Amino acid sequence: MASSDVERQPYKGVRPLSLAGHVGFDSLPDQLVNKSICQGFCFNILCIGETGIGKSTLMDTLFNTNFENFESSHFEPEVKLRAQTYDLLESNVRLRLTVVNTVGFGDQMNKQESYQPVVDYIDRQFESFLQEELKIKRSLHNYHDSRVHACLYFISPSGHSLKSLDLVTMKKLDSKVNIIPVIAKADTISKSELHKFKIKIMSELVSNGVQIYQFPLDDETVAKVNTTMNGHLPFAVVGSTEEVSVGNKMVKARQYPWGVVQVENESHCDFVKLREMLICINMEDLREQTHTRHYELYRRCKLEELGFKDTDPECKPVSLQQTYEAKRQEFLVELQKREDEMRQMFVQRVKEKESELKEAERDLQSRFEQLKRLHADEKSSLDEKKRLLDEDQSSFGKRRAAAQLLQAQSLTANGKKDKDRKK
Amino acid sequence: MTANIRYKSRIPVKTVPERFGMDAIMLQEKLVERLLCPRVRTARQKVHRKSVKKGFDFTLMVAGESGMGKSTLVNSLFLTDLYKDRKLLNAEERINQTVEIIKHTVDIEEKGVKLKLTIVDTPGFGDAVNNNECWKPITDYIDQQFEQYFRDESGLNRKNIQDNRVHCCLYFIPPFGHGLRPVDVEFMKALHEKVNIIPLIAKADCLTPNEIKKLKDRIREEIDKFGIKVYQFPECDSDEDEEFKQLDKELKECTPFAVIGSNTVVEARGQRVRGRLYPWGIVEVENQSHCDFVKLRNMLIRSHMHDLKDVTCDVHYENYRAQCIQEMTRYVETEKLIKMKDEELKRMQEMLNKMQQQMHKDQ
Repeated sequence: MASSDVERQPYKGVRPLSLAGHVGFDSLPDQLVNKSICQGFCFNILCIGETGIGKSTLMDTLFNTNFENFESSHFEPEVKLRAQTYDLLESNVRLRLTVVNTVGFGDQMNKQESYQPVVDYIDRQFESFLQEELKIKRSLHNYHDSRVHACLYFISPSGHSLKSLDLVTMKKLDSKVNIIPVIAKADTISKSELHKFKIKIMSELVSNGVQIYQFPLDDETVAKVNTTMNGHLPFAVVGSTEEVSVGNKMVKARQYPWGVVQVENESHCDFVKLREMLICINMEDLREQTHTRHYELYRRCKLEELGFKDTDPECKPVSLQQTYEAKRQEFLVELQKREDEMRQMFVQRVKEKESELKEAERDLQSRFEQLKRLHADEKSSLDEKKRLLDEDQSSFGKRRAAAQLLQAQSLTANGKKDKDRKK
Repeated sequence: MTANIRYKSRIPVKTVPERFGMDAIMLQEKLVERLLCPRVRTARQKVHRKSVKKGFDFTLMVAGESGMGKSTLVNSLFLTDLYKDRKLLNAEERINQTVEIIKHTVDIEEKGVKLKLTIVDTPGFGDAVNNNECWKPITDYIDQQFEQYFRDESGLNRKNIQDNRVHCCLYFIPPFGHGLRPVDVEFMKALHEKVNIIPLIAKADCLTPNEIKKLKDRIREEIDKFGIKVYQFPECDSDEDEEFKQLDKELKECTPFAVIGSNTVVEARGQRVRGRLYPWGIVEVENQSHCDFVKLRNMLIRSHMHDLKDVTCDVHYENYRAQCIQEMTRYVETEKLIKMKDEELKRMQEMLNKMQQQMHKDQ
């Protein structure tokens, strides 16, 4: 590629010069390629779809290998994500592939919160990259980029339209990740139905403002292919790891009593298109979009949340450091205020408790006094009663003695009288 | 969630060109005839003629998520087009959709035998984002029909009782998963004691024969595990011929049926058949090695229609009726229970008071 083929905007104040011979900096792209090959590439795919819709099988088919997958049950209580990282090697190019699958998506009775774990996962990857960027001592070139580069959304082949869950989830994700919708298990839809289905899906996405990933059109070499492919979205795919002999070849296919669905046959399904678009042509663009569009959006929102701004109220550019200092001051002041408040509250509480206790003491005291008085009263009344009783007793005793005396006297008197009469 | 019941007007008598199966009802009667003595035979002939004159009726409910091919299957089963003007909702309209109940009633006739067929459709089932208790309108509808029949039966004028009870419910299980899903289990458990449930694997043309077998085994296992009582075929008598017994056995081992529906006619192997045309082949709906549609049709229409109705009348309806009556008497019992509980509460309160007083005294 000679330098004259490329159109560049001339910088202001920089004049283009022509060369008198071959210098050699046209090998720069090759150097870049060599460096990249040494480093290896990294790609992260997120697969969202109902349990059993064929996510793992499609990944196996796409990358022509067997990732260790296990069947999940339909009875998961909530949606979880499972990420697995693999190192693949193809003719001295290394790829570190991370496949993230949803587990239990679409199985719950109430699916209102189903999208949340996915959004949280994507945000977490962005957050860890942001943290790495903001570190003092950072090693970005060594950093394993775990941000999701592409999201394959598996649409169930009902033949009518999107499901309500699909719409809700895609709306939440379209500003965070590149969404590529695919129609799973497409061997259950006939050609005419498929055409109508695709149109319906795209119109629903458009009318609800969902922005799916469009293959880029700015690079001329691939613009033509990409435009046609954009018209074929969403891709209707069939996955299979089993091989069936067709003609005299073994191809990946599914064997039915009525025929054989060949995975790599373009008139049977769009698998080849998906593979080409996802891996062969646009992988780099997906990564770039993730970094320049989705990650930047996340970063901006996050930092704005924290109060950072690019310009202060007087529209003068503010550096990160100033903002940071200001924030720190603010934070310390707030901390101080909180401490004072707590101290005050503590003092107040102690006072209150003290007065409460004092009052309780007084209460007890008065009750004790009262009881004592009562006791004394009772005692005196009882004493009184006792005295009266003693008096009664003594008077009774006197009366008895008197009565006895009288009786004795009367007896002796009677005895005398008798004696007299007898004489 | 409310139940909207819309009744479509009855479409007048249609004659169905193809061999449909209602003459099989007559055939069933003939088989029984052969085994009975002459006097009973003439009696049966009278019953037969009378029933033909009166006509038969059958209410079938279809339930399942949208896009499972329910309408296509119903159209394929009865060779008619019930769903000419229906409107399908968009995804955003279905986010909060409630389940509706729509009834279609058709009169069809074949070789002099009339059938009044009612299809109860349940659009919106399982479509919303939150599907908690989405079967409630359906159970309410079934209970309503039972209640109406109960009232009619206990009324004074019982000449023209209309039997709107649901005789059978076809439940469509999606083939895209590994087995039953929570919504399937909950639905079947809510309905298995009110109606005969026949689970079907919908859109079976996305499964290879091995996968179908695995899925059927899995579903049967899960049905046992969760204690769901689906419709059981009656045991055949021991004096039936071997062929019949063999067919019966095959039928039972084939459940749940993996079905494919189609109303379009395609050219296959020199014949015109109903099927689906794919670039890689043609799926024939009536080919037994492609799907179980023929088994389902035979079972539903040609051999077990009466049994389904009988089970509905003798088992489900009777259960409902017994429950109803019990609840009325249980009301009295509950009053007694409430009184007992009240007395207990009073006693406990008195004890508490006593204890409190004692504590005061001790202080």
